[in-house]
Amino acid sequence: MIDAIRRNLPAWVFLAILLVAWQLAVGAGWIASYLLPAPSDIYATTVELWPELWAATLQTFGSIVWGLTASFAIGVSLAIGFFSVPILRRAVLPFCVFFQTVPIVAIAPLLVIWFGFGDTTVRASAFIVSLFPILANTLTGLEETDPLLRELFGLYKPSKWKMIRSLQIPSAIPYILTGLRISVGLATIGAIVGEFIAGGGLGSLIDSARTQQRVDLVFAGVLASSVLALALVLTIDLISGLLLRRRPYTRSA
Amino acid sequence: MSEVVARTDRTASDVASIEANELTKRFPNRTEDTLRLSFSIPPRQCVSLLGPSGCGKTTLLRVLMGIEAPTAGSLTVAPGLAGHLSYVFQEPRLVPWRTSRENVRLPLELASRDVGNSHDAIGRLLDSLGLAERVDHFPRELSGGMQMRVALARALITQPKMLLLDEPFAALDERTRFRLQDLLLDLRERLGLQYVFVTHSISEAVYLGDRVLLMNRAGQIDTDRPIVFARRDQSLKLGAEFNAHVRAFAERFATLERDA
Repeated sequence: MIDAIRRNLPAWVFLAILLVAWQLAVGAGWIASYLLPAPSDIYATTVELWPELWAATLQTFGSIVWGLTASFAIGVSLAIGFFSVPILRRAVLPFCVFFQTVPIVAIAPLLVIWFGFGDTTVRASAFIVSLFPILANTLTGLEETDPLLRELFGLYKPSKWKMIRSLQIPSAIPYILTGLRISVGLATIGAIVGEFIAGGGLGSLIDSARTQQRVDLVFAGVLASSVLALALVLTIDLISGLLLRRRPYTRSA
Repeated sequence: MSEVVARTDRTASDVASIEANELTKRFPNRTEDTLRLSFSIPPRQCVSLLGPSGCGKTTLLRVLMGIEAPTAGSLTVAPGLAGHLSYVFQEPRLVPWRTSRENVRLPLELASRDVGNSHDAIGRLLDSLGLAERVDHFPRELSGGMQMRVALARALITQPKMLLLDEPFAALDERTRFRLQDLLLDLRERLGLQYVFVTHSISEAVYLGDRVLLMNRAGQIDTDRPIVFARRDQSLKLGAEFNAHVRAFAERFATLERDA
């Protein structure tokens, strides 16, 4: 505990210096407050509009969880499918790369046409950007099992599915968790971009604050989305840690 | 042409457990055979396989287990023995995310044998190997010697008639190694197990084998000598007879290494 504080101390000191300098610079009139509001103003806005911010954050959170859950279920299933049926993989995987390369901002309008304004579009947007890392990581994990363990399992001549269930899937768990960690950040981006266009949540809160020239509220919204993304990453880390502590899914003992 | 057959023309008592005739293994992209030998293992005999590193000891064991297919010659496994072989690797090779009990259960799960009633059998087996307190531990929580005992339990749970062991104790400290040697002799006594034990330790080969086969670098049998002791325990290693065997093999071993 003491060690952790000592290790992070420089970062906290730097943050304090930054905030104080920022506050003083805006207070002294060196930076116009309609471009960059002082930290104290952002704080005051956050407190004042807390119910709205909290509601928007919860809505965005819901869409991220939806998109991420769909990515997890579909990404892991697809990876297992590709791994067990190589021809399927050669036929379909190249097109899954589309999900990785598509600029979500470019297809968000298309999603509105398909799914209309509202949560469905936002969830779809979060899903699309977060699918590929889970799929790719799971596939790598399934493929990179320890060859020595493969030989051991082979001695007992198991069926293909039994081999996948008892060797390949457990071996892939650390990779799946890494994929999830990457995807949760992307799903946050996807959800907020979706909300810019389809409405709702932090995305639309930030967008409408912009049209009203409420830079302080834009900052409060940005801050809320950062904290949300960070909380999600930490949650995934916590779940990973607990899971791996209960059962060491590692490559070698 | 290679030939691997289960023999049925003679009764089980007079037929050799394993008979290899000009058994040959050549790996692709090699110009020389890794293995080319003939031998016969009578029922109940335990054999030590000795030889300089790279002489094909492990390859022979893998061919016996069916992990590698022979290139030529024939290998005959007695009908009662075929399908009842178990392999112990050089390293414990435990599954890191499975507890001791789950590691031992693995062969039953994979071979679709009855797993439901195995709980007590696994418990007793681990208990008899001195692992009663470590049943629910993961491999990383066990010492090297304990891991190897779990690996032995995993090999024994299928109730094999013969164990094929590939330098299983090589990485262990001497005291642990001696204890596990005696454990193996004990298993042989209690379960009537036969084994083929690959090692590069001469004294281990003499201690564990009813017969020692010394292989040369061409993958052939150089020396084939029976070892007869009335009783085997660690004090045997101090005796003159034991050391005469060791010395004879050491001299031959040195010649083989010099020739290479």
